[in-house]
Amino acid sequence: MQDKSIFRSTIIYIIVILLGLSCLIPMWNVVAISLSGSDAVMANKVGLFPVKFTLGAYEKIISDHQFWRSFGISVFRVVATLAINLFLIVTMAYPLSKSEKAFTTRKIFMNIMIFAILFSGGMIPTYLVVKRLGLINSIWSLILPGAVPIGSVILVMNFFRGVPKSLEEAAAMDGATPWQTLLKIYIPMSLPSLATVSLFSIVGSWNDFFGGLLYMTRTENYPLMTYIQSLTINISETLQNSTGLTAEQFQALTAVSNKNLNAAKIVVAVLPLLLIYPFMQKYFVKGIVVGSVKE
Amino acid sequence: MEIQHKKIKKRVTRNELLFIAMVIPGIVFLLIFSYAPMYGLLMAFQDYIPAKGVFGSKFVGLEHFQYILKLPDIAQVTKNTLYIAIMKMIFNTVLPITFAILLNEIRVLWVKKSVQTIVYLPHFLSWVVLASVVVNLFNLDGTINQILNQFGLSSLNFLGSNQLFPNLLIGTDVWKEFGYSSIVYLAAITSIDPGLYEAATMDGATWIRKVWHVTLPGMLPFILLLTILNVPNILNAGFDQVYNLYSPIVYKSGDVLDTYIYRIGLIGRQYSLGTAVGLVKSVIGLVLIFGSNKFVEKKMNRVMF
Repeated sequence: MQDKSIFRSTIIYIIVILLGLSCLIPMWNVVAISLSGSDAVMANKVGLFPVKFTLGAYEKIISDHQFWRSFGISVFRVVATLAINLFLIVTMAYPLSKSEKAFTTRKIFMNIMIFAILFSGGMIPTYLVVKRLGLINSIWSLILPGAVPIGSVILVMNFFRGVPKSLEEAAAMDGATPWQTLLKIYIPMSLPSLATVSLFSIVGSWNDFFGGLLYMTRTENYPLMTYIQSLTINISETLQNSTGLTAEQFQALTAVSNKNLNAAKIVVAVLPLLLIYPFMQKYFVKGIVVGSVKE
Repeated sequence: MEIQHKKIKKRVTRNELLFIAMVIPGIVFLLIFSYAPMYGLLMAFQDYIPAKGVFGSKFVGLEHFQYILKLPDIAQVTKNTLYIAIMKMIFNTVLPITFAILLNEIRVLWVKKSVQTIVYLPHFLSWVVLASVVVNLFNLDGTINQILNQFGLSSLNFLGSNQLFPNLLIGTDVWKEFGYSSIVYLAAITSIDPGLYEAATMDGATWIRKVWHVTLPGMLPFILLLTILNVPNILNAGFDQVYNLYSPIVYKSGDVLDTYIYRIGLIGRQYSLGTAVGLVKSVIGLVLIFGSNKFVEKKMNRVMF
C-alpha cells in the first residue's frame, strides 16, 4: 500500500514537472538563440545553452531606431490605455453597482453595455469607423476603440457590490458626497479587483499586434508587436507573390531571416511583461476566479 | 417628517443625475466604437463605396449573401473554423482538468508554486512572440524534427502540411492556455467537501477511484457551466494564432473565418462582402450566446447577466 502511493506520487510529480518544463524550455530556447552566434543558429545547434556566446544581437538592437520607436509607441499606448480604461471602468462600475432604486435608469445603461458584448459590427465596419474619425496612423486608433473593457467593468461592478452597505451609509451620515464615497471607500476597498483589471489592460495592449496592422499604414507608426510581426510576415509576403513553392523552397526562405536578431527582439519585447509578472500573479488568480464563476 | 422626506428625495434625484453623468463618458465610447460599427453593418446589404459612405451607397439586398454561398472557399473555411475551434474546446477542457487534479496532489509547495508560475506564463504572451517559439520547434529543421531524425524517423512538415497544420494549431493553443485555464478548475477542486474524501478512504477507495467518484463529480457543475458558456466561441478559431502561423501553403486546412474576412474584406477591399461574412458570423454567435445562457438559466439556475 505504502509503496503503491509513493510510486503514484512519483509519477504525478514527473508528469507535472514535465508539463512545467514543456512551457519553460521552448521559451528558454529563444533566449539561448538570442545569445548565440548566427552561424550556430543557422546550423540549428542551439539547444538550452548559447553556442558561441555573443551579445551581438542585443548590440544591434540598441542601434535599431525603429525598434525603440515602436517600443516607445507601445509604452505610451499601454500607459494611456491603462489611464483611460481605469477611469472609465470606475466611473461606469460605481453607478451601475447601485440598485435600481438608487439609480432608476440603470437598466438602460446596463443593456447598452451588455448588448455590446453579445453583438459587434465586426472587423471591417469598426475599421471604417476609425478611418472616418481620421484616426488612421494616429496612436489614438490603438487606444480609443478599446476604451471601455466591458468585462472589466462588470468584474469591478460585482466587486463594488460586495462593499458593505453600512460603510456607505455611515459616510453619507457624515455628509460625504457620492464622489467622496467612491474615492475614500469604494476604490481603496476594491484595490485587488482594480489591480486585476489593470493587468488585463496592460497585457492586452502590450501584446496586441492587430490594431497596428489595421490602423497604421506606415511602419514608423507600428507598436512593438506589430513591428516584430512585420519582421516575420515579410517572408510570407514573398511566398504570396511567388507561386508553386515546394516545402524545401519555403524552408529556404524562412531560413534567410535573421533568427538570432529576431530572437533578441522577442526577448526584449517580453521583458516588460516578465518584470510585472510577479505582481500580476498575486492578483490574477483571485481576479479570474471571482470574475468567471458568479453565484 | 414631510421636509425630511423631501430632502431625502432631493438627494436621491441629485444622485441620479450624478450617476448618469458618470456613466455617460463610457457610454459615448461604446456608441462610437461598438454601436456605430453595428450601424455600418448595413453595408452588407449594399454595394459599399467608401467615397459615398453608408448613406450614399446603393442597396442590393441579399446579393452578397447569395454570393457567399457560391464562393468556393466558404465551405472549407467554415469547416476549418469549426474543426479547429471544437478541438481546441475539447482539449482546453480535458487537459486543464487533468492538470488541476495532478497539481492538487503536489504537496511540496515550492514545486507547486514554480510549476504554476511557469505554466501560467504563456497565456500572457502574444501570439507574435509564441509563433516564433512554435516555428523554432516545428520547422522542417526545428527541434522536434531533429529529435525525430535522431530516432531514425523522417522529418514532418508541421507548418506546411495540410494534414498536420490544424493539429499544430490545436496543440500549441492548448499548450499556451492549459495552465491558465486550470486555475478555475483548481479552485473548483478546493471547494469540494473534504468529508467526502474521508468517507471514500474509509470505504477503501484507491486514489483513482476517489478522483473518479469524488473529484470529477464535484467539478462537474463547473465543467458543464464553462463548456456551455464556451459554445458561442465555436466560430472563433483564434485569429492571432492562425494569422501568425499560417502561410498560403496551408490555407486549405488553416484558413478560418476571421482570417478569411480579413483577407477578402480588408486586404482585397471587398468591404461589403467581408462585412456580410462577418454579419453571418456575428448573428450565429448572438443566437448561440442567447441559447447557452437560456440553457444555463433554466437547467443550472444561474443568471449570467
